[in-house]
Amino acid sequence: MSAIPVAASTPSAAPPKQAPARRPRRRWTGWGFVGPFMLVFAFVFLAPILYSIYLSLFQKRMVGGNQFVGLDNYTQLLADPQFWEAFRRVALFLVVQVPIMLTLSLLAALAIDSLKLYGTAFFRISIFMPYAVPAVVAALMWGFMYGNRFGLVGSLSDFLGVSIPDPLGANMILVSIGNIVTWEFVGYNMLIFYSSLKTIPHSLYEAAAIDGASEWRIITAIKIPALRGALGIATIFSIIGSFQLFNEPSILQSLAPNAITTYYTPNYYAYNLSFAGQQYNYSATVAIVMGLITMAVAYFVQLRGNREN
Amino acid sequence: MSKKTTEAAVAHRGYNVENPRKSWLLTIVMGLMLIYTYLPLLWLFISSTKTQGDLFSTFGLWFGHDFALWDNIREALTYNDGQFVRWFLNTLMYVVLGAGGSVLLSVLAGYGLAKFDFPGKNAVFAIVIGAVAVPGTALAVPTFLMFAKLGLTNTPWSVIIPSLISPFGLYLMWQFTRDAVPTELLEAARIDGASEFRTFRQVALPLLGPGIVTVSLFAIVATWNNYFLPLIMLKDASWYPLTIGLNAWNAQAATAGGQAIFNLVITASLLTIIPLIAAFLGLQRFWQAGLASGGVKE
Repeated sequence: MSAIPVAASTPSAAPPKQAPARRPRRRWTGWGFVGPFMLVFAFVFLAPILYSIYLSLFQKRMVGGNQFVGLDNYTQLLADPQFWEAFRRVALFLVVQVPIMLTLSLLAALAIDSLKLYGTAFFRISIFMPYAVPAVVAALMWGFMYGNRFGLVGSLSDFLGVSIPDPLGANMILVSIGNIVTWEFVGYNMLIFYSSLKTIPHSLYEAAAIDGASEWRIITAIKIPALRGALGIATIFSIIGSFQLFNEPSILQSLAPNAITTYYTPNYYAYNLSFAGQQYNYSATVAIVMGLITMAVAYFVQLRGNREN
Repeated sequence: MSKKTTEAAVAHRGYNVENPRKSWLLTIVMGLMLIYTYLPLLWLFISSTKTQGDLFSTFGLWFGHDFALWDNIREALTYNDGQFVRWFLNTLMYVVLGAGGSVLLSVLAGYGLAKFDFPGKNAVFAIVIGAVAVPGTALAVPTFLMFAKLGLTNTPWSVIIPSLISPFGLYLMWQFTRDAVPTELLEAARIDGASEFRTFRQVALPLLGPGIVTVSLFAIVATWNNYFLPLIMLKDASWYPLTIGLNAWNAQAATAGGQAIFNLVITASLLTIIPLIAAFLGLQRFWQAGLASGGVKE
């Protein structure tokens, strides 16, 4: 790297064994660099969180205006069948879609890292490409392809002479959304795994090969354990993503109006509560509860990951 | 499997860990994934060459009777007084100010966290990492109400200001700085009498290139593809970014008396994704280096 000549020209200033100099001194200078980020962060993250907690404790009444109601919104939510239906849906999505997506990503990363593919670089960039496609475009493309008007699924049904269930019907729509999300994020997760695999020194593989380890053994004994951290990060991002599911159902809504309800996912529910129903207080409560559940699940997964380490 | 013996047999022909024998079988299996990846993009390209009539009447994965790509592009760019061009320019503005600002803040803060010890540093970590787990949409409603009180909704600021913060960008930059900038080098500059900011600008910044490209690309994608935030913040179509505009065009067909313009929705979608894909391909050498050199490793 370009650092080498500079470092070489100042050997007297940085003698190799000067341990105290390596540790940064504890001063306020660091705030000069971190300060601007934290200032904006406080404005767009912390203030809204506090404000939404405040909102969730009030209710707008016909008489008396805004009234403090304590935890009433929360007790209402716990007994709200629409919320729980939405929650069960994203939970189901989480346990089915995320493992499929992460397994595909892992296999792709291992295949690309193995250097056994013809055209490795082409595979790497191609599979990552959908990540650059906006969720709006991805949902529109797949939505049109699913559709019966100029869709491919209809053509395929005609061609094969079988009736494939309507991907935009109420029974299939969650699977169809799962496919869109998988398409969008397989490459992104593959890249996380791949860059983690790249940090393994290749001498380890050589040593293992000399000891007679098979390809499979190298994968299970060296590569997979080295991926633990990346797997943890990818899993937590995917959990957050599943619980936040919004873009795809909201865009598909116009193509599948009968299959996607106003409370299809918790987020979509919160959105409709505030922007179609003006129920800001209750909507804030939905958002907070989903935030708490997400944090709890993410924390639990991380804890388990650490314990298995 | 016999694979092992085959490998042993070819070992003397120059294959090794760095340069293993290529496998057709693996390439074909991965080829299926490639088909899955490209199928919708191929469909999008073919469909954007069709007239609205051909869209409905011809097979989705083959060209229609007329090759209407240029007509579609022209019509998409001029429809409704060039609404699409306006949205395109808006998106560019959100990317330059939002993603640009977010990279600047991430680089500064990442450097601060990686190379300084200061009072409250652990609190900064805890708060930022904790906030990452808070779903973005949990923040959306209160952010909207807060911004409404401040008179910021329906202005570009309501999209730009929240885009300035990327916890993921901060994380990447902090990791990258820690590995790429030797502390001894900074000490040397300080001993030579350089101010902290000058040390940062002249010593650290040149070493951060691949990290900055990587964080920039992720920030650009996030801003370019942003949907939820502008959806709730903006009412006035003249401030829309491309994503909201596309969806508005699509929804137009479902409204009473609205004109169905699916050929334009499809062509405009194609025009929306081309710049990002070009950026990814053009800069891949840099961002892949940035990721590999410590970005995502734990």
